[in-house]
Amino acid sequence: MTIKRLFIANRGEIALRVLRTAHKMGIETVLGVSEADSASLPAQLAGATVLLGPGPSAQSYLAIETVVAAAKAQGCDAVHPGYGFLSENAAFARSVAQAGMVFVGPAVETLEGMGDKLAARALALAAGLPVLPGGDAETAQDVAARAAQTGYPLLLKAVAGGGGKGMRRVDAPDQLDAALAMARAEAQASFGNPAVYVERFVARGRHVEVQILGDGTNAIHLGTRDCSIQRRFQKLVEEAPAPAMPEEARAAIEQAAVRLARHIAYRGAGTAEFLVDADDFSFYFLELNARIQVEHPVTEAITGVDLVEQQLLVAMGHRLTLTQAMVRPHGHAIEVRINAEDPDADFRPSPGTVRRAAWPAGPGIRVDSHIANGGEVPPFYDSLVGKLIVHGATRAEAVARMDAALRHLAIEGLPTTTPLHRRILADPRFVAGGVDTGFLAGLNPTGSNP
Amino acid sequence: MTADLPLTAEDVAEIAEILAHSGYREMDLATRRFRLRVSRPQGSEAGAEEGMTQEWQWAGNAPAASSETAAEAAADPDVVASPLPGTFYHAPQPGAPPFVAVGDAVTPDTVVGIVETMKLMNPVHAGRAGTVAAVLAANGALVAKGAPLLRLC
Repeated sequence: MTIKRLFIANRGEIALRVLRTAHKMGIETVLGVSEADSASLPAQLAGATVLLGPGPSAQSYLAIETVVAAAKAQGCDAVHPGYGFLSENAAFARSVAQAGMVFVGPAVETLEGMGDKLAARALALAAGLPVLPGGDAETAQDVAARAAQTGYPLLLKAVAGGGGKGMRRVDAPDQLDAALAMARAEAQASFGNPAVYVERFVARGRHVEVQILGDGTNAIHLGTRDCSIQRRFQKLVEEAPAPAMPEEARAAIEQAAVRLARHIAYRGAGTAEFLVDADDFSFYFLELNARIQVEHPVTEAITGVDLVEQQLLVAMGHRLTLTQAMVRPHGHAIEVRINAEDPDADFRPSPGTVRRAAWPAGPGIRVDSHIANGGEVPPFYDSLVGKLIVHGATRAEAVARMDAALRHLAIEGLPTTTPLHRRILADPRFVAGGVDTGFLAGLNPTGSNP
Repeated sequence: MTADLPLTAEDVAEIAEILAHSGYREMDLATRRFRLRVSRPQGSEAGAEEGMTQEWQWAGNAPAASSETAAEAAADPDVVASPLPGTFYHAPQPGAPPFVAVGDAVTPDTVVGIVETMKLMNPVHAGRAGTVAAVLAANGALVAKGAPLLRLC
């Protein structure tokens, strides 16, 4: 089949990103918007817009029946869910299919398998991938029993989780009850499912992930990304490929990701996330994100592959035309997330109006943002204002380019993470490459809580 | 309809590159839908690598008025509200002392600040006699019509 009219069930920069590729491919676009986004840049650029409901996500972007009905009423033949919101929601994907439209994403069974982090662990084990010690825990007693196996510190993670929500580090047994209550409450609020599971915490770990592409039969990888610089388990800086790692270690992780993708007959773009020991490069499967990732542009920069185009082609039923041998990564790419958050006030969100947005421009620089002068960052959604991506022939060149670009970046009207990124770029550990997930706490440049 | 999106990232990179090798500091392009300004940043640090910025202004992104804050302000007689949307300034020009400071006595006609809207400087009057208790809006802040600027007591 051919997609003629695509419904975009998302907002912000990723809505704009999908719009761009759809337009390039000659596909008509319809964007579902909340009242808070009706004047947004993607709303201005979409072929058509339809109002989903009030600002709060539950009444707009997360309202499955409303979104599906809107797409159907607009005569769309496919729905792109972006990331977050309903992108990995199996009920949504099923509902889209039942309405006679194509869901741009993996099979419903894959979403069910991967949306449940415990089921994902089991699938990964079956595919022969290493996983961290741990497992499910329904009651406080179960958690305590698991903790006895994994030891402390440990991580509590939402079974339905993602984006760091419902995740808690527990350092000692006496913190367990309080942490469990908070993790369950957060998981319920974020995902509608309070279940959590227990996993061993690796002290000097790096977060390395592999971009995969599958057509349901064949699967390939597009190399690694390193996303170790995180705060509250949310990524701030991403780069491709993972730096300061032996080629064999990188290849072993990439092969593991492809093995999993083939095992589950993966369809579409996905990301296998691994925890990598920063000292010996042993690795453990964490989860598979069955959607486009925020940080996909760094992979696009080094491979030249338009990942959204690949998603749409696979959704149309095409076989992958890319082979593993055709993917020849070149150079190094780095992305920083510019969030409407005050890094000097414990990352307090700072929604509001951006008076002026002077983004860097030039060779090797890409900006994915829906925020221009006068742009609104509504208080209802995540704080991403935009992504600044640089590409260089070497990592050193990419680092220098990012450093210069950040000097010119000026977002006025609300505090952003820009000053933090300048401090990160100035840190000798980052310049050297290969930092672990404790990097940001070690940066602690302002004396505030890391 | 499928309208073409204006200018890809590659287009902007190319414009920046052309500009970098020209004698010009900036390119300012305005259409009915958008305005794009590609320029060398003002006050860019000496010795810093040559760099450019891109600034976009979209026709649909006129600063929106917040009815909520307007209603709140109208209900509070101690608050001096912005008479129109725009940019609020404490002083008549950069570097000059502010019109009023906390503790100053004001009459209804005292100018307490200016709101710049569409290149016009509009004086804001205190509206009643009193003493400045707090300056609520930051210098240079984009304010909606009715937004609270100062509090009197």
